[in-house]
Amino acid sequence: MAKAAKKTDAALAARLKRQDHFRTLRLGTPFQPRIDALMQVSDWYDWAGYRAPHSLYDEELEYFAIRSQAALFDISPMVKYRIEGKDSEAFLNRVTLRDVRKLKPGRVHYTAWCDDEGHVLDDGTLFRLSAQTFRLCSQERHLPWLLDSAIGYEVAIAEETEEIAGLALQGPTSFAILREAGFAGVEKLKVFDIAEFRHEGGEVTISRTGFTGDLGYELFVPAKLALSLWDRVWKAGEVRGIRAIGYAALNRARLEAGLIVANADFSTAEHALRADRVRMPDEIGLGFMVDLEKGHFNGHNAIAKARAKGTMRHVLVGLEIEGNIPAEQAIVYHRKTREVGLVSAAIWSPTAKRNIALASLSRPYGDTVTDNLWVEIYAMRELKYERMMKRAKIVPRPFIKLARRTANPPGDF
Amino acid sequence: MTSSDAIVIGGGHNGLVCAALLARSGRKVTLLEAASETGGAARSEEFAPGFRVSSVAHVLNRLHPEVVAALDLEKHGLQALTGGGVPSTALSEKGEPLTMRGAYGEVLVGASVAEQAACQELRAQLFRYAGILKPMLSRRPPDLNGMALGETLALGQVALALKRLGKEDMRDFLRVILMNVADLLDEQLEDDRLKGLLAFDATLGSHLGPRSPTSLLGLYYRLAGETGGMSGAQMVPKGGMGSVVAAIQSAARAAGVAIRTDAVVEKIMVEKGRAVGVVLAGGEALRAATIVSGVNPATTFLDLVGPRDLDTGFVRKVSHIRMKGDAAKLHLALDRPPEFPGVDAAGHRGRLVIAPSTNHVERAFNPSKYGEFSPEPVMEITLPSLADPSLAPDGGCVLSAVVQYAPYALKEGWTKGKPKFQKAILAQLEKFAPGIGKSVRHAELLTPADIESRYRMPGGHWHHGELQADQMLMSRPVFGADGYDTPVAGLYLCGAGSHPGGGVSGAPGMNAARRIIAMKG
Repeated sequence: MAKAAKKTDAALAARLKRQDHFRTLRLGTPFQPRIDALMQVSDWYDWAGYRAPHSLYDEELEYFAIRSQAALFDISPMVKYRIEGKDSEAFLNRVTLRDVRKLKPGRVHYTAWCDDEGHVLDDGTLFRLSAQTFRLCSQERHLPWLLDSAIGYEVAIAEETEEIAGLALQGPTSFAILREAGFAGVEKLKVFDIAEFRHEGGEVTISRTGFTGDLGYELFVPAKLALSLWDRVWKAGEVRGIRAIGYAALNRARLEAGLIVANADFSTAEHALRADRVRMPDEIGLGFMVDLEKGHFNGHNAIAKARAKGTMRHVLVGLEIEGNIPAEQAIVYHRKTREVGLVSAAIWSPTAKRNIALASLSRPYGDTVTDNLWVEIYAMRELKYERMMKRAKIVPRPFIKLARRTANPPGDF
Repeated sequence: MTSSDAIVIGGGHNGLVCAALLARSGRKVTLLEAASETGGAARSEEFAPGFRVSSVAHVLNRLHPEVVAALDLEKHGLQALTGGGVPSTALSEKGEPLTMRGAYGEVLVGASVAEQAACQELRAQLFRYAGILKPMLSRRPPDLNGMALGETLALGQVALALKRLGKEDMRDFLRVILMNVADLLDEQLEDDRLKGLLAFDATLGSHLGPRSPTSLLGLYYRLAGETGGMSGAQMVPKGGMGSVVAAIQSAARAAGVAIRTDAVVEKIMVEKGRAVGVVLAGGEALRAATIVSGVNPATTFLDLVGPRDLDTGFVRKVSHIRMKGDAAKLHLALDRPPEFPGVDAAGHRGRLVIAPSTNHVERAFNPSKYGEFSPEPVMEITLPSLADPSLAPDGGCVLSAVVQYAPYALKEGWTKGKPKFQKAILAQLEKFAPGIGKSVRHAELLTPADIESRYRMPGGHWHHGELQADQMLMSRPVFGADGYDTPVAGLYLCGAGSHPGGGVSGAPGMNAARRIIAMKG
C-alpha cells in the first residue's frame, strides 16, 4: 500500500515537472546570458513567448549601429519549420504563393501563404537548404496548417524553433566581421544566398539576408552552439563597432526598407476576428508574389476570382508626410474630409531624412485616386493633443536603397 | 478515344439518374462503373446457390417522384405501388406484435384505442412537419454566397409553408426540430412497441441512439420520402432493389448513355484548375468537358482529384466528413419461411422490426460509442422471396436484415468480431422467430468493413457520410462542394454524399443534373 502510494507520488512529481513550463512566462533564448549581460535599461518585450530586448541601452544609438557599424539581433524566437522529403518542393509550391521550383538550393526567397479564401496567413522567408530540405521562417505558428497541407505529400515537417538559434548581423561592417571571425568564403554570398560553415565541430548556416535593407547576414546554429557562435562574432566585431540591439531599432530600419510586419501592418487570417480585417496579397503589397500560372496553390482560385472581379478592397502604400512628426496610427483622409485609411507604422527616417509611413487605404484611394491625401496627427504635448493635418504623398517602397546591401563583393568597412 | 460531353463516375442509382438526365438534355454521356454491373449498393445479388437478395438497400420508400416522372421509370419497368404498400410490424418477444398498415401507419393494428388515436395525431403532426422540409429534397441547398432569384423564391416558399402552419404549429415545429426522438415519443405515446419502432426508424443508418440530440431529424428524412404518391409508403420491390436499378439503367440507355462496366477510375485529370477527364486503371484516359462523380465525396477529392489541386482548408473539411457506418446487413438462405408468431401473411411480406422499446434501441446503441457491437441488436427484416418466389429455390426463403449497431471501427476488429456478432444476431432472431436457426442453410453477414470493400463505400456508410444536422444541406458533404459544383471547375458531385443524402431516392443525381444543365456544364 505504502509502496503504491510512493509510486503515485513519484508519478505525480514527474508529471508536474513536465508541466513546469507555465512557471516561466517568458522564455529565454539560447543567447539569453549574453543579452542579459548587455541589457542596461531592462526594456523587454514579448516575442512569441520569449523575453526579447526592445532596447538594450539606447534606441537611437542601436539604430545607428545598424546603419553605420554592425548590429547583432537575436532572432531565435522567430518560428522555424524544417520541411524535407521527396515532395517538399511540390508541397511548398502548393502552400506558398511564389514558384518554389524557381528557388534553387542554397537560395532564400521572401514569400507568403494564404488560406482557401486567399487571405494571407503569414509572410516569411523560405530557405532552400538542399534539393529536398527547406526551412520556413515566420512570425506566427502554423504547424497544424502545414501538417494538414501535407496530406497526400511525402514530406516531413517539424518545428525547430527551440533547437535552432538565430542571429542577425546587420550593417556596413557585418561582412568584415564575419570574414574576421574566420568564415572563409562568406564573401561569395550574394543577396539571398545560403552557405554552411564549420563552427565548433558543428555547422552554422549563414545567409545574406536580413530585415534592415542594409548589408547583412543571418546565422542559424544548433542551440548548443549558440553562445560560442555569439562570442566568435562578438570578438571579431569589437574593433568594428558591433552592438547588440533590440526590436525598436530594428523596427526603424525595416520601415526604411519598406518591409511589412504581420499583425502590425496587416492582420493575419487566423488572428483577424472581424470579417473585414483579413487581407489578400494584393491588398498588402504582396501581389507580386502570386504566381497564378505555376499550378494550384492555396487561395489560387479565390485570388484569381477577386482579381477578375476587381473586388480587392484595400491597398498598402508607402507615404511621405510633410513635417517631421511621426504619424503613428494616424487616420488618412482624402481632401481632409473623407476617411480612407490608417497608418500602421511611421517614423522620421534618419537615413532618408524624410517623414515616412506605411498605410493601409481603402480602394480606390491609394490605387487610382492618389492625390490630395492627408494624415491627421495627434501629438501629445504636455497633456494636450496638438492636432495637425499634414499632406501625405504616396511614394515607392523601399524608402531607402543602399548600394551596399547588394554590392558584390560585399563592402569591407 | 471516344469523346463525350460528360463522364459520370460510378453506376450507383444516383450516377445512373444523373447520367440519364444529362443525356436527355442532349449531352453525350459515358458512365463508368468499377464493378461488373451497375447498381452499387442497390443491386440484387446471389449470395447462396439459388438465393438472391437486395445487396444493401432492401426497402424502397423514397424514390423521388420527380425522378420517376422525368425518366418515365414505370415505362422502363419500375414496379408500381399496390395498395398502401407493405406494412411495418413491431415484433414483440412475448406479447402480440403491433402493425402499422398503409403509408406509415394509416391504420395501427394491435394497440389500444387510445394509443391508436395518439398515434394518428402524432403521425399527422410528423407528416405536417416533414412536409415543410420535403420540397428541399429536390433543390440545391441554400447558397450562402448569393442565390439566383428562383432559389431565393423556393426558400421563401419553405418559409411561407412554415407560416401557413399557424402560430401554434410553427412554434412547435421549431421547438422539436432538433429534439431527440425518444423525448418526443414519450410526450405523445405510451406503447413501447410503437415507440421502439419509431425510435428505430429515426436512427436507422446513423450513428445515433434515440436519446441522442437531433435524432428526430432521421424520422423526418424517412417521412419526407414517398412511394406511388403516398408519403411514408414503402415496398419490397419484386426482383429486389436490382429491379429498380434495372429500370433506371434502361431509361439511361434509352437516353443514349454509354455504360461501361469494369471501368475503374483511378484519377480525375485536372489541368489549370479544371477537370478535363479521367484515367482508368490500365492507363486509358477519357476526356470530357464535364466530369460528374457519383462516388463517395472523400474518395472523389482525396483519391481521384488528390489534395494537390485543392486548397488545404477544403481538404481538411473533406477528411473530417463523418462516415463511419454503424449498420450491418444479414442475408440468410433458409430451408423454409420463418414464422414470426402473431404476424399475419401480409405482415410477413412486409417489414418486420425487432426494436421492442426505445430503451432497447438506446441500449443497443450504447456499446457502439465505444467500438463494440450490440449484444442484443435491433434490426429491420424483410422476407423478399415470399412475394417473389424467384429469389429462392422451391420451398426455400430469403431473409434480408439491416442490423444495428455494428460500428465500423470495431475495437476487436471485424475478423474476430464478425462470427460473434453473427451469433448475437441469430440468437436475437431465434427469440422472435423460434426455430429459425435450424433452417439456416447459409448465412452472409456484411459488416461495415465488408460493405466498404465490396461497394467502395468508405466507412461502409450507405449515406456516404452521416446524415445528421452538421452534415446536411449546405454542409453536405462539406461547405464549398454543397451545391453539386465543386472547387474544381467542371467537376460535379451527384451521389448520396451530397444533399439530400442516401437511400434509394435518385434525388442527389437529379439535383446534380439540373445544376449541371443550369451551369451549362
